[in-house]
Amino acid sequence: MIGSRQEMLGRITAALDGAERAPAPGRRHGAVTSSPDVAALFVERVEDYRAVVERVAPAGVAAAVADALAGTGQVVVPPGLPRDWLAADGVDVVTDDGGLAADDLDRIDAVVTAAAVGVATTGTIVLDHGPDQGRRALSLVPDLHVCVVHESQLVGDVPESITRLRDAVVGGRPLTWISGPSATSDIELERVEGVHGPRRLHVLLVSDGDSTPRARA
Amino acid sequence: MSGTFIGMPAFPVAAREALDNAQQRRNLQHATQTIRDKRAAVVDEVDRWEELRVAGAAIKDHVLTHLDGYLVQLEESLTRAGATVHWARDAEEANRIVTALARETGTDEVVKVKSMTTQEIGLNEALEDAGIHAWETDLAELIVQLGRDRPSHILVPAIHRNRAEIREIFLREMGKVGTPAPEGLTSAPHELAESARRHLREKFLRAKVAISGANFAVAETGTLVVVESEGNGRMCLTLPETLISVVGIEKVLPTVADLDVFLKLLPRSSTGERMNPYTSTWTGVTPGDGPQQVHVVLLDNGRSDALADHVGRQALRCIRCSACLNVCPVYERVGGHAYGSVYPGPIGAVLNPQLRGTESPVDKSLPYASSLCGACFDVCPVRIEIPDLLVHLRTRVVDEKRGGLPSGEQLAMKGASWMFAEHTRWERAQRGAELGGRVLGKKDSIGRLPGPLSAWSDARDAPIPPGESFRTWWKRERGQG
Repeated sequence: MIGSRQEMLGRITAALDGAERAPAPGRRHGAVTSSPDVAALFVERVEDYRAVVERVAPAGVAAAVADALAGTGQVVVPPGLPRDWLAADGVDVVTDDGGLAADDLDRIDAVVTAAAVGVATTGTIVLDHGPDQGRRALSLVPDLHVCVVHESQLVGDVPESITRLRDAVVGGRPLTWISGPSATSDIELERVEGVHGPRRLHVLLVSDGDSTPRARA
Repeated sequence: MSGTFIGMPAFPVAAREALDNAQQRRNLQHATQTIRDKRAAVVDEVDRWEELRVAGAAIKDHVLTHLDGYLVQLEESLTRAGATVHWARDAEEANRIVTALARETGTDEVVKVKSMTTQEIGLNEALEDAGIHAWETDLAELIVQLGRDRPSHILVPAIHRNRAEIREIFLREMGKVGTPAPEGLTSAPHELAESARRHLREKFLRAKVAISGANFAVAETGTLVVVESEGNGRMCLTLPETLISVVGIEKVLPTVADLDVFLKLLPRSSTGERMNPYTSTWTGVTPGDGPQQVHVVLLDNGRSDALADHVGRQALRCIRCSACLNVCPVYERVGGHAYGSVYPGPIGAVLNPQLRGTESPVDKSLPYASSLCGACFDVCPVRIEIPDLLVHLRTRVVDEKRGGLPSGEQLAMKGASWMFAEHTRWERAQRGAELGGRVLGKKDSIGRLPGPLSAWSDARDAPIPPGESFRTWWKRERGQG
């Protein structure tokens, strides 16, 4: 093994012998996208993926979550999800304690999570799997994913989102970027939703109102 | 059809067969046209797209010309994050490492997310030889695997199959290796996708080991990135206990910040979407979340040879988006199989001869599998000058041939150069051709030529010379004045 490592590095050094070593390019990270209404663009672009997206006031989150979950059986939530989002009656909620096996998750119909960032231009939500988003399997195996995003978490475009997410990555956290429900175009390029991930994505965009912004550090 | 690329015929032979397949040509024409249009629309939405391309190329050039340093940094970051790093000089060594790691877990099956790198090294076959079943989980890869077929496109590997063929494959094969396709399955794409979901879910839920590739590997943090649509990637990267990722050494990026450029360039160039449905990033082991045994195999397999070529090196910038396939007039007509490799199309024509060398007939022929129209460069998100590289590689193929007896083609070219050197010789040759044209009569192209000329005529439809050349016509109409 050590032999292979030394040999590969030796080959690469030899291959670059005498080569002009290209300098590190100048960077323009986090350029702010000039969009008049980032929230409106986000809604338009998420809808474009055939996901359901609604705008709600902070006081309306619990009711909107309950509506989104109507008709489902059991719901799994991450341990850090705000409890007041699940105030509605008649919802059978399981809080993930890390002990649910893949088979258990497969028997659960829906999941509710928060998000870390929303990207307007691409209609993407990004989870950094903090306590209100849970481990990666939660938002993967159940068939319906209800995701609550706050306007303060929205950015214009991908470069700004990377700027916001960098600390999470450096801290070793995984990221999941979600743009619409699971989809494939492998059969004659006809788009079909719901191959292996959640078949339905329901995004609730919470207006900032006058409540405390929920953007996490 | 065999599952291997070894022993494939050279491009002109394979292309001739492919051109006769009218169904495949229709499928390809529809597919490439559709993706081309989608890509063009979403690229037009981006201000300063060209600036992004330049940035992508510059980051890759920087990392490639400092690869020794960045690989060591990547190894350190990965190790710090709880992953085990392995180095593989070639396909055989990589397969040996992965097979041993899978065996150690005691499993006899692995789930796989689409990975061109593992196809390049023939990993599935190596695992099968060791008694380990490798299940492909991308829908198109599943179609290819169940059909005992080979992928024909980087992004949509089963694009050469239509829905009726896919239905037949599912009905015939799924039951042999797991959950069968439901009775009464129609060829509607949503039913076929549902059938794949049921078939694969059983495998995902019980799998102990997964194998992936990676789109990017960040040296700064040891973060790997997989870009996908279906969620099969997330299933593989999240549910099993052990994850083994085979990563070509050219996939390294210096910093997390560099992802901003590539996550804009890649989805728009490949599927023509603003963003693909799922992108996963992970950094070694995350306690309590996902695989707790994480291995990364860094693969050379000819990449350091390509790196040594100062012109050819730029092919290693490739991010496998497949935009060059979809605009290529040659690919659109012959399909991916004719290129005799996991990397088809224009990028395959430059990548394969560099990774594998130009000894075999297929690798010798690939630099010629192009009309040099330049469309591939125009769409390449990292500005790989594919036409220049093709010409560069043609020179290499010709140089390697020199020294022996001159070939028929070389003699013919010598003759042509003598003829063109003097206008009286050219005019005499044209008069000969007019005669030939009249003799050949109503045919519109020259068929197979005899002897050494057959190699030339077999790969081309040459038109019949006209009954009267322009020069003759000019003299007749306008006299000598």
